[in-house]
Amino acid sequence: MSLQIPYEVTPRLDTGVNNAKLGIWLFLASEIMLFGGLFAAYVFLRMGADAWPGLEIYGTGEMATRADQILNVPLATLNTMILIASSMTMVMAWASLKMDNFSRYKLYMGITILLALGFLVVKAIEYGDKFDHHLYPATNNFLGVYFVLTGLHAIHVTGGIIVNAWFWGPGTKMWTQGTARDKAHFANRIEIAGLYWHFVDLVWIFLFPTIYLI
Amino acid sequence: MAEPHSSSHEHKQGFWRTYWFSTDHKVIGIQYGITALLFLLFGFGLMLLMRWQLASPGVEIPLLGALTPEMYNQFGAMHGTIMVFLGIVPLAVGAFGNYVVPLQIGAPDMAFPRLNMASYHFFFWGGVVMLASFFVPEGAAKAGWTSYPPLADIETMGQTMWLWGMVLLITSSLLGAVNFITTIIQLRADGMTFFRMPFFVWAQFITAFLLLLAFPPLEAAGFLQLADRLLDTSFFLPSGLVTTDGPLEVAGGGSPLLWQHLFWFLAHPEVYVLILPAMGIVAEVLANNTRKPLWGYRLMVYSLIFLGFMSFIVWAHHMFITGMGTAISAFFQVTTMIISIPSVVILSALFITLWGGSIRFTVPMLFALGFLPMFGFGGLTGLPLGLAPTDIPLHDTYYVIGHFHYVVAPGTILAMFAGIYYWYPKITGRELNNTLGHIHFWGSIVSMNVIFFPMLIQGMAGVSRRLFDGGHTYSFSEGVMHYNVLMSVAAFALLAFQIPFLINFFMSLKRGRKTTRDNHWAATTLEWSATPTPPVPHGNFETVPTVYRGPYEYSVPGHATDFLSQDEASPPAAEAVAAEELVEA
Repeated sequence: MSLQIPYEVTPRLDTGVNNAKLGIWLFLASEIMLFGGLFAAYVFLRMGADAWPGLEIYGTGEMATRADQILNVPLATLNTMILIASSMTMVMAWASLKMDNFSRYKLYMGITILLALGFLVVKAIEYGDKFDHHLYPATNNFLGVYFVLTGLHAIHVTGGIIVNAWFWGPGTKMWTQGTARDKAHFANRIEIAGLYWHFVDLVWIFLFPTIYLI
Repeated sequence: MAEPHSSSHEHKQGFWRTYWFSTDHKVIGIQYGITALLFLLFGFGLMLLMRWQLASPGVEIPLLGALTPEMYNQFGAMHGTIMVFLGIVPLAVGAFGNYVVPLQIGAPDMAFPRLNMASYHFFFWGGVVMLASFFVPEGAAKAGWTSYPPLADIETMGQTMWLWGMVLLITSSLLGAVNFITTIIQLRADGMTFFRMPFFVWAQFITAFLLLLAFPPLEAAGFLQLADRLLDTSFFLPSGLVTTDGPLEVAGGGSPLLWQHLFWFLAHPEVYVLILPAMGIVAEVLANNTRKPLWGYRLMVYSLIFLGFMSFIVWAHHMFITGMGTAISAFFQVTTMIISIPSVVILSALFITLWGGSIRFTVPMLFALGFLPMFGFGGLTGLPLGLAPTDIPLHDTYYVIGHFHYVVAPGTILAMFAGIYYWYPKITGRELNNTLGHIHFWGSIVSMNVIFFPMLIQGMAGVSRRLFDGGHTYSFSEGVMHYNVLMSVAAFALLAFQIPFLINFFMSLKRGRKTTRDNHWAATTLEWSATPTPPVPHGNFETVPTVYRGPYEYSVPGHATDFLSQDEASPPAAEAVAAEELVEA
């Protein structure tokens, strides 16, 4: 690639942003429409449902009246904490780069990735527990919404892990072997990855109360 | 990353890198264009098979045999899908947008060249999945291009392929939309303010926002339908559903109406994705061939923005007969009537642009002139469909097909041809043949009208749009059945009139008259005035242009030529003369 695209690293003066920053915000706008569509579907289905969640509480034979009688709220709370913590370490990773402290960046980025993996492990435990009780997406629409929305979110988490792992491992060459411009470019990339990561976090913060609590 | 080279320095790259995995927006634009034209031809072919069946039900087609109802349904569903998502949108946005937008704003390339390449390849593989679905057991999707459940939920495997294909196409258009918006905001050349952008760039800009924000809800709906089909959920399946195989064993409790809301939330803005780039092309061609500025440029831009916004709140006018309630119907018919205003403003502005112009009847101009009344007619026939009382009897009849095709066939497709004839000399350095162009234009516009006008008549007689035998089942439709033969003959005539175009398109690559100057049409916009023909690979411009004025400075008083390019620093003397003349006048 011989061609230099303008404003790849430095912001354009009259818009105040570089290309990637604008691009990621546009991407996130479209993601909001994606999850917005799914939340709208949830509202629509719930309004039309005879009963919600429409399932028996494990072992009691009584019908549940609230989602938290079916879903595991303590585990989901733990996961909320994990994701918020990972968002913080993500910012710290970026800030470390800005302060030119590469080893601290590696540390914080590593913690971010581990926390995200922890989130997926907890999620897997939650899903496994549901399957043990013969609760599947096909059981009813409450569980369908639960599995599809949290599943799609988990795919987003996985995508974030892949991107962050690249920037923790092979992608760091841009910083360790690059010019000053490459370093600035790398820090920008971490900022962009961070914006995506905070978005994934934010989606969970909406999913948690709407699916587990109300 | 290598150090920046001078942009005129040409790189030797391998075949695959140059033609298939290219990051040059011009090559990607051409890839999009050729792929989309092939899909258009294929989708048109499906339609010809259907028209054969409608004109002579049950008569065997050579090589294929008699059409079965299942095949007819596959062809119908895939015709719509292919024409909209694999034909017109990739041609209008992927091809023209990609090739022309960076040139018109003075950018060296798109903001994200590798995303641009990825976008084409997602589109390509989306198309491959769609085509492959014809060969899976029981064939391609049969539930119409709208894929309404519950039918789509219990369809055969082709429907699952359709959904995966759509996921790829949506990914492609998402990457494209992000790229277009970023490019237009960030990479405008010095002096290229927003209100100096050609109208075509504005049209692509608003279109990109529609693609960015309207497609994701369909993706959401697609995921839900995939879950219904693969995980046996019942998001779109109501309780107590009975099919020919007996009661359906699912949990139920879902809503088919939910799909319709999510689908049309995309598909109405999609209609504007089909038409806005076409308006953009027509605006360019009209200004160039009337040799005067567009009438009401700013008014057109404001209308465009308003139209883009409104297109998000009209979707349920496709759903008046679903029983969603009169209050909701009232809301959506009001918004629908409101959205017709900016469309009429833009169309009127284009008509007024003709007033007092010294019109050059070039081939692109013929196609652009053909677009104006045809799109107007398509728009007017849409009014009865936007009002609930008149929509109820017309819903799902051939009237709807007629209206929609008037907008996209003699509307958008004529504008696409205008664009091909207009930019071909820039892309190839050769002219297209004039005589073949005239035959193509007159043949196409006449046969298109003969195909689509009788549909309006059949529709008003009540003929449903999805009948395998064209309507012979019902005695009430006997009075209008004879049109079927006429329409089918016209459809095959339309195919015949594309042959001169194909010959012209390929022969001119080798034999066409070479253009004598870079600015072939004596145009004012940067793609003509500031680049060589064809433009420099990877970089576009030999020197980065600076922009001094608006996009349509034709016939400026006192100027030596009848056009004043955007990048031409005008001699002060000429300006002074112009000012004097104005004072005297």
